[in-house]
Order: sequence, then C-alpha cells, then structure tokens
Amino acid sequence: MALLQISEPGMSAAPHEHRLAVGIDLGTTNSLVATVRSGTPAVLPDSLGRPLLPSVVRYQADGKVEVGYAAQAKQAIDPRNTIASVKRFMGRGLKDVAHVESAPYDFVDAPGMVQLRTAAGIKSPVEISSEILKVLRARAELSLQGNISGAVITVPAYFDEAQRQATKDAGRLAGLNVLRLLNEPTAAAIAYGLENASEGIYAVYDLGGGTFDLSILKLSRGVFEVVATSGDSMLGGDDFDQRLFCWAVEKAKLPPLGARDMRLLQMKAREAKEYLTFHGEAPLTAKLSGGEVVDLSIDSETFCSITQTLVGKTLGPVRKALRDAGLAVEDIKGVVMVGGATRMPQVQRAVAEFFRRDPLNNLDPDKVVALGAAMQANVLAGNKPQGEDWLLLDVIPLSLGIETMGGLAEKIIARNTTIPAAKAQEFTTFKDGQTGMSFHVVQGERELVADCRSLARFELKGIPPMAAGAARIRVTFQVDADGLLHVAAKENSSGVEASVAVKPSYGLADADIERMLRDSFEHAKEDMHARALSEYRVDGQRLLEATRSAVSVDGALLRPEERKEIEHKIAELEKLLGGKDARAIKQALDALNRATEEFAQRRMDHGIRRALSGKMIGSL
Amino acid sequence: MSAAAGKALTSSRLQSHFELFGLPPAFALNKEALEKAYREIQSQVHPDRFAHAGDAERRASMQWTTRVNEAYRVLKSPVQRARHILELHGVDVAFETNTQMPTDFLLQQLELREELEAALQKKDGSLLDALKKSLREQKQLLESEIGNAIDQRQNYEEAAGPVRKLMFLDRLDAEIDEAYEEIE
Repeated sequence: MALLQISEPGMSAAPHEHRLAVGIDLGTTNSLVATVRSGTPAVLPDSLGRPLLPSVVRYQADGKVEVGYAAQAKQAIDPRNTIASVKRFMGRGLKDVAHVESAPYDFVDAPGMVQLRTAAGIKSPVEISSEILKVLRARAELSLQGNISGAVITVPAYFDEAQRQATKDAGRLAGLNVLRLLNEPTAAAIAYGLENASEGIYAVYDLGGGTFDLSILKLSRGVFEVVATSGDSMLGGDDFDQRLFCWAVEKAKLPPLGARDMRLLQMKAREAKEYLTFHGEAPLTAKLSGGEVVDLSIDSETFCSITQTLVGKTLGPVRKALRDAGLAVEDIKGVVMVGGATRMPQVQRAVAEFFRRDPLNNLDPDKVVALGAAMQANVLAGNKPQGEDWLLLDVIPLSLGIETMGGLAEKIIARNTTIPAAKAQEFTTFKDGQTGMSFHVVQGERELVADCRSLARFELKGIPPMAAGAARIRVTFQVDADGLLHVAAKENSSGVEASVAVKPSYGLADADIERMLRDSFEHAKEDMHARALSEYRVDGQRLLEATRSAVSVDGALLRPEERKEIEHKIAELEKLLGGKDARAIKQALDALNRATEEFAQRRMDHGIRRALSGKMIGSL
Repeated sequence: MSAAAGKALTSSRLQSHFELFGLPPAFALNKEALEKAYREIQSQVHPDRFAHAGDAERRASMQWTTRVNEAYRVLKSPVQRARHILELHGVDVAFETNTQMPTDFLLQQLELREELEAALQKKDGSLLDALKKSLREQKQLLESEIGNAIDQRQNYEEAAGPVRKLMFLDRLDAEIDEAYEEIE
C-alpha cells in the first residue's frame, strides 16, 4: 500500500511481543470474535467449530447464565428469561422500544434505559450484553492462549450517544479493555477495501438483525474516509420476521398468544424467511400450546409484498447520505452488502435497482464486520509494522446540540462531522441577575427539542449577577475518537465551570460496575490486587517503551533540563516496575505522563511540520 | 537545542487554517493539495496512532486531530473559507447582528422560499431538483465574486456582502435537503 512512511510515536523501536487484540461484532442476532494471526484476520470459532454465537442470554433462578445456542434452544420453553436481540434495548427507554407488545419479556421501565425482570433478578441491557461479551472473551482467550490486551467492539454507525456509551460499558463489565468503538459499516469497508485493494467512493449497505446503516466512504491510498453516514437504528431483519409473524397470526386467525406461543411462532417466521432466500415457497407450521396447529405456506411474492415498505424504508437514508455527501448515484463505484438480512433477494434487487449496479457480495455478510474490527484492533494494539497500517477517518451520525429558549435545539456539532471534533458556542443569560444556567444536551436533526433525543442535563452555578444578556457563557462540545461526547460550560468573567460526560443512566453507576467487576473476579478466584498490579506493569512497560522511543527520535526537541527530568522519572518508574506496590507504580506512571506533556505537544507540532515538508519521515 | 529555540518551537503555534496545511491564504483553493496535506497530517496526529501511547501523547493527539479536522472542514466549505479569510483580515461578517441586505436580494430570497413551499406542498421532487440547480448557479456566481474581491483586489470589505448572501443561500440549500426528506 502506498502509504507515507512515518515513525510510530507510540511504539517502541525495539521488537516487542505481539499483543493479543480482538475485534468483536456484538450483533442483534449473532455475535462474533475475530483476530489477526500471522497477518490474516480470522473469526474464532467455539469448541465445536461454530463461528457465530447467537446473541441470546438465558437467566436461571439459581443464577446460572446460558449464552448462545444453548439459550437459543430454550427460547420457546422459557421465553421470559431468555433474552434475544438485547441490542434493541441498549440505551433505550421503554417508550423507544419497538414491538413491546409482542416481546415476551417482563419490562421494567427505568429512567434512561429499560430493564428486564428475569428469574435471576432485574437485568439491564448492559449487563445482558456483557454476558455475551464474556463468552466471546473466554473463547478468544482459550483459542489464543493468553490474556486479551484490547478489543475493538463494533456498533451501528447510526447508534446515538446513549447506545454507544452503553456498549462501551458492557465491554468494561465483561472485563475487556475497549480500545475503540468502531462503526459497523466502517469495519466492513476496511475488510472489503483491504481485501480488494479498492480505491474510489464506495457505499456500505448494512442491514443487520435490528439496525440499518448506510455509509459512504472515500478509499484512497490507505485512508478510509467516511464522508456521510445515515440509517435507522430501529430497522432490521427482525422487522421482516415480525411482518411475517403478524401475517401468520392474521392468516391463521389466531387469538392473542401467550409468551411461549408468541416466541415459537416468531422463530418459525424467521425460519420461513431464511428458507425463502433460496426457495420460491416456504412452509410455516407450528403446534401451539393449546393444541391448535398452524399450517401455513408463504410464497416469495407474498413475502416481498408484505415487506415492501420495510425495503423501501432503507432507501430514504441512502438518498439522505448521498445528499449529505453531495454525490450522485453515478459517483458510487460499488455497494458493499453487509448483515445477514441483505441475503433476502428483494433487498438485493432494490439495492441493485437504486444504484443501477450489482451489489458486491464477495465477503460473508455475517463475518465481514468482525474481520474489519479485528484488523483495526491489530493496528490499535500496535502490531502493524511501520508503513503498513492505514488510517480511518469516521464521522458522527447525528447532530449534537443544546436546548435554547422556547424548546428549540441549537446544533453545535453537525452530523457527518469528522471525529474527534470540538466546537464552542457562546450563550447568555435571559434574566437580570441570573446566577445559574441549566443546560440540556440533545442529539438529532429536528428543530424542536421534544423531537430530539435527550442526552444529559447539567447546571452551571455561581454566575456573577449581571444584566440579562451581559454574561458570556462558553459551551464546548468535544467528541472523542469513539464518538462519545463531553460537554463543558464556562462563564468568562468569573471562570466558574461545569461539565458533564454524556452517560446514559440504566440503574448502574460507575461504582456499581466496579463492584460487579470485582465480584466477578472474586468468583473467578482472581486477586484484584494482582490484577491491578499486572495491569499497571503492562501500562508502565508500555509507557517506558513509548517514552524512550520518543526521546530517541525527537530528543532534540527537549531542553537539557527537561530531558534530565524525564530520564529521572523513567528511572523511577523502571525501578518500581519490578516491585509489588501497585499504587507506587501508578503514581510513577502518572508522574512520567505529566513530565512528558509539553514534550508530547511539541512532537505533535513537529510531526505536522515534517508532514508538510513532504519528506519521508523514515529517512529523517 | 537551546532553551530559546525550544521555546520558539512551542510558541509558534500555527495561526491560520491555511498555515496549518501549508497552503496560500487564498479563496481559490487547490483541493488536491488540501486533501493531501490533511491526510498527511492526520497520519501523524490521529488518535489511532497513539492508542498505546502515554496519556500526555494521547491527549495531545486528540487536541491536534480536533484542530486539524476543524481547519479542514472550514477550508473545504466556500462560505467558511471566505469567512475565515475575512476574519484573518479583521473583517467581521457578523451575520447575526448585521442582517441589512439589499432589498432586491431579500425579495429574491422570498420568492425562492415560496417556490420551496410550493414544491413541498405538491410533494414534487422535480421542483426541488430545479430549485437546487438554480441555487447552484447563483452560488457559483457569488463565489466568483468573492474570489475576485479577495484574490484579485484584496478588498476584504467588498467581499463581506457576497459572503453574507452566500450564507443565505447555504441555509436555503439545507432547507431544500430537509424538504427532500419530508417528501420521501
């Protein structure tokens, strides 16, 4: 790949061990874990050789948890405690969940995020998702024979802040070091683009079990630049099952069904849908608990017509993304199909018709996201040699803003802005002598706050009393590389400040997560102190390597006394690394980090100058 | 390195968005050069390059990438680029406080908005297409006017008028896009 050769500031010049990093596709229907081994990405199967893990979790009264095929098999027997498609509930309140009436769960409405009552107690979608992640983590650790140093977890590009944060928390709860949240279509584009050495503008059409994403990317010389993304986080293969289920209920003139029958018939609907991908007609039969027998048959024409509106619904976001990117259908070089639901012939046809070209199906639509995530995890873990890696430039899917007078949403960062991004805007007081201000952070495209998603509220107090409109309050939005938002407000004259990291509430505070993590490690007979110690040692070793390499490359940017200070802190950290005092190591780590702050800025500055001078950095 | 030189390095924070990318501060833009510089700088500073670095470097990386993204966003857009140049020359476009626009321009804006309303009511995408096309032509005229004022005559005050007009048209453009969504 014709990438500019650059020095890797975060990496050691000396050869270091290969870090075990995985990519995880936490899907609505199925989840997968993949890694890069000897330069090739591969999905890690379970002990029976099965690559997919059905995203189904079953809670039993004795606290035992079943995940995957075992849980899936019990869906119809124990529907209330067997949670499928939990991804649909991530970061969602009860009112946002579609098809609540036909979901066989005992929902508990909680502020921020819905919860589910099971035989093992009330569970949040974050906890349920973490059970899936734990199984994948164990699978990877067994298969790779070692501890996972980091994971990239994929999320639908159209996931909002609350859904992203919930996913990251689920990763943390599963004991994973989440290196990055990666958008699913972007992950697919990496896998596809690198496999085929593609250049040009591509669209990724990703119809998963519960979400739809459409991303447009520009692929050029090892840079994957997302130009626009759009989608519907409440549209997926599940909705096709649901249509078929409703069709069957109506056709067979069934009375309102109990949870078991409902689940059974939904499973049969899914089977029929999958059968129709390769056949003109599918049987839909089931024996209900009351003894009635449903004996139906559906042909592909009928299935197409009852799902036509769903297919049509995906094209709105496609047009929107094209408009946002300022592109026409002719500009698109290829359309990569991702997600199991794109196997349906009517979806393939609709996409081919819209883009006036055959979609690209040469990668397994179930695996491509996990493979791309594994490739990105490998880069983030620092396993790629210099000059062989690529760069990913992604965007936020939805505009971020703040509520102003009259319930209007003022956009601060527009959708499709490349991340990380920051933007500041000044606001002022409404009343004379106003000393406090409350901020309401929202996400969405609509003008009225009521139509946007509420993300967080916080207050700024201690504004000096002034005439209305005289105070200047600067509000800064910062979105990091995971697409997560941090908001800060500052009054200019007094310097009073307030800030908030946008986090969804789902009955679990940070402290709860810590406690649950601790408990789970105690269960596993892992010593917390030993774990902390080993983590700090790894961090410390990493920082030592990185700092030494930085000093050897760019030592010229340091004044002698600065260099002495850094070397002193290096020596101190190194001395402690061999010992057993976790806290002392952490302190030395922090001290070295602080001592290199100015140096880091200077190196960045210098790096930009080098980039602009157009020289091959390797030769400097 | 001497203390003075070290200091010079840190205090010479790159000032304008153009300097950041090593481009001349002109309204006429070499798009390829901008893209190339953007990508090269991103390869140096992007957080993905520092996922395993220390906190200090990770923070610096995020700050720089944020800055570079913002500069790129501004330079790519003709309106934002023009505003940035004007700001560098002390001309405040002050859109919010200075809405005095020529009457004929405002009348024309009203007409365009009526056309937009009509297209919405008839749910007619082809009317929106036509509106969009005429808007594109008007924008191009304004852009060449701005280019002449800034690049040929270095008359930044003169450029402020067409820049304000272009901002009006950009907003209308966004409204047309919303209208497409509504009728789809």
